[in-house]
Amino acid sequence: MGIEYQNIFTRVQARAHPHDGIALPAGNWSRSGKPFFAHLMGIVGNAQIGPIYLGPLGVASLACGFIAFEIIGLNMLASVNWDPIQFVRQLFWLGLEPPAPKYGLRLPPLNEGGWWLMAGFFLTASILLWWVRMYRRARQLGLGTHVAWAFAAAIWLYLVLGFIRPVLMGSWSEAVPFGIFPHLDWTAAFSLRYGNLFYNPFHMLSIVFLYGSTLLFAMHGATILAVSRFGGEREIEQIIDRGTASERAALFWRWTMGFNATMESIHRWAWWFAVLCPLTGGIGILLTGTVVDNWYLWAVKHHVAPAYPPYLPAVDPANLPGAVR
Amino acid sequence: MIGFGLKVTGAVAAVAAVFFVALAFGFPPVAATQGGLRGTGMAQVAFPADVARLRAANVLPEAQPSIEASGEKSSAVYENVKVLGDLDSNEFVRFMTAITEWVAPQQGCAYCHEEGNLASDKPYQKIVARRMIQMTIDLNTKWKSHVADTGVTCYTCHRGNPVPANIWFKPEPASRMATYAGSRAGEQNRANPAVAFSSLPGDPFSAYLHGAAPIRVQPTAALPGAAGASIHATEGTYALMMHMSDALGVNCTSCHNTQAFAGWQQAGQTRAVAWHGIRMARELNTTYIEPLTSQFPPHRLGPTGDVAKVNCATCHQGANKPLLGQKMLEDYLAALRP
Repeated sequence: MGIEYQNIFTRVQARAHPHDGIALPAGNWSRSGKPFFAHLMGIVGNAQIGPIYLGPLGVASLACGFIAFEIIGLNMLASVNWDPIQFVRQLFWLGLEPPAPKYGLRLPPLNEGGWWLMAGFFLTASILLWWVRMYRRARQLGLGTHVAWAFAAAIWLYLVLGFIRPVLMGSWSEAVPFGIFPHLDWTAAFSLRYGNLFYNPFHMLSIVFLYGSTLLFAMHGATILAVSRFGGEREIEQIIDRGTASERAALFWRWTMGFNATMESIHRWAWWFAVLCPLTGGIGILLTGTVVDNWYLWAVKHHVAPAYPPYLPAVDPANLPGAVR
Repeated sequence: MIGFGLKVTGAVAAVAAVFFVALAFGFPPVAATQGGLRGTGMAQVAFPADVARLRAANVLPEAQPSIEASGEKSSAVYENVKVLGDLDSNEFVRFMTAITEWVAPQQGCAYCHEEGNLASDKPYQKIVARRMIQMTIDLNTKWKSHVADTGVTCYTCHRGNPVPANIWFKPEPASRMATYAGSRAGEQNRANPAVAFSSLPGDPFSAYLHGAAPIRVQPTAALPGAAGASIHATEGTYALMMHMSDALGVNCTSCHNTQAFAGWQQAGQTRAVAWHGIRMARELNTTYIEPLTSQFPPHRLGPTGDVAKVNCATCHQGANKPLLGQKMLEDYLAALRP
């Protein structure tokens, strides 16, 4: 007992010769980079850095991502008259906006949304290439493709926000700008325009899975760390050969709440909660403006929103006789 | 054993936390004023330091001592009196003393009058001041929907400055260097105090307080019908609201139940006052201030040659009621609300 096991960072780093990995199937590129050890990385993960498998998909994805990054970054820099000091000071405010509503889905001039379309194209290409690469790497190693499909859930939400919904609405201007504060202000404006997104049931579901994911992650992470003194972090082995760590972890939850997950099923819970967060969120965004225009009024219609008694109410002055506009 | 690194990390985190708390939080006790139904979170909160700052910034100048009437109209005693001509001549002088203290305390009478010939229509400040007196009378008589019985005086905006501290101009047009990239897309996406340091469109004034662009963006039906407002238009409205919130030192719930911003059933009375205020600012800018543009020397004009205009902050200056609702006009009713 003692402080040794009350750890939040890895306390012991096992060192051996760097592991180059198993041989790659025919037709693959070779892995690049000479592997080395980094102590700091070992505190939060595996201390061995590299080698990395780049491959044609990786190279193409990085190239597209770099182009998107440059288009966005240089537009931000141009928007402060190429002043590097203002670029740093105002970085969180700077952005690249989608085309104005008047352009609909047509191609706008370069500086009125054209750059945004181009950046969006290359960013999407980069993300999709990275997805294929992730799928292929899993297959080449003989793994399941769960990681790729989890990533696909996030890509679904990204595509709904930036491509599918704007196309259905008939206007690129419905899409999200690039930029830190700009995309946050967009989010608030989006909710304001469509009558309060909190009344969107798919938004509610998405929040359930978001907060549920953090809860599950905290429960699982804490449980495994708590039994790590008995070798509990060797989860995979304990799926088929439950040791004392696994037994204690299971008993802890069974005695605490009458039910426990298993060493395997907890990961299914976590995967589905995480994946359903962007899946349901994407559905909620897709329905907004396309089939529901004002979520608050929709919720009133379906008896979801509470009706409060009037409090210091007024007549809309615009409806008074002789009102100025 | 707790490692040395952990202790150092802890100490750094503690120092950072102290700085964060000291810089990001106000000191209690917080006074909350309920502005809506219980449970809706509709409260205005005030920190003692903010209240003290507002009180110090909104002290009224002492009223000019009242004066016995002369029995003669100012227009009969003085030449070229085009406004306030029906005012008693002694009251007229009292008001001129007050206006000097309010608008040009350092510069004195000569700021608006030619020395040796007070009746002359020079300098340009006299023409402007005359029109501003008409504007103030108009505000106090025709815009009670916004200024109520409290009314306004020159001091409400000027506070001892010849040019009020809170004014706005149309923004400078983008430079040639930003022709091919870096569009400002309606002056947005920069750290801009006009919209409370959000990244929202930075000039809500031209569209909503000078022009009359539609402010309402929320649909009135649950399901889609005719084409509604764009997200871009919504950001414009949002920007105006950020200005109003900042100018009045209140949050959204002063006028809205944020459950449904469009509603008039929850705290609609303050919203109605604000609604009239927006129309009032528009009229001041278009009817009174803009026609004076040609009177001003170039150095008083904005980067596109427009005149300095009013927004909510011009009068409110961070208070939900200008001068915290103190009734300053009562001492000058004869001049400013005849």
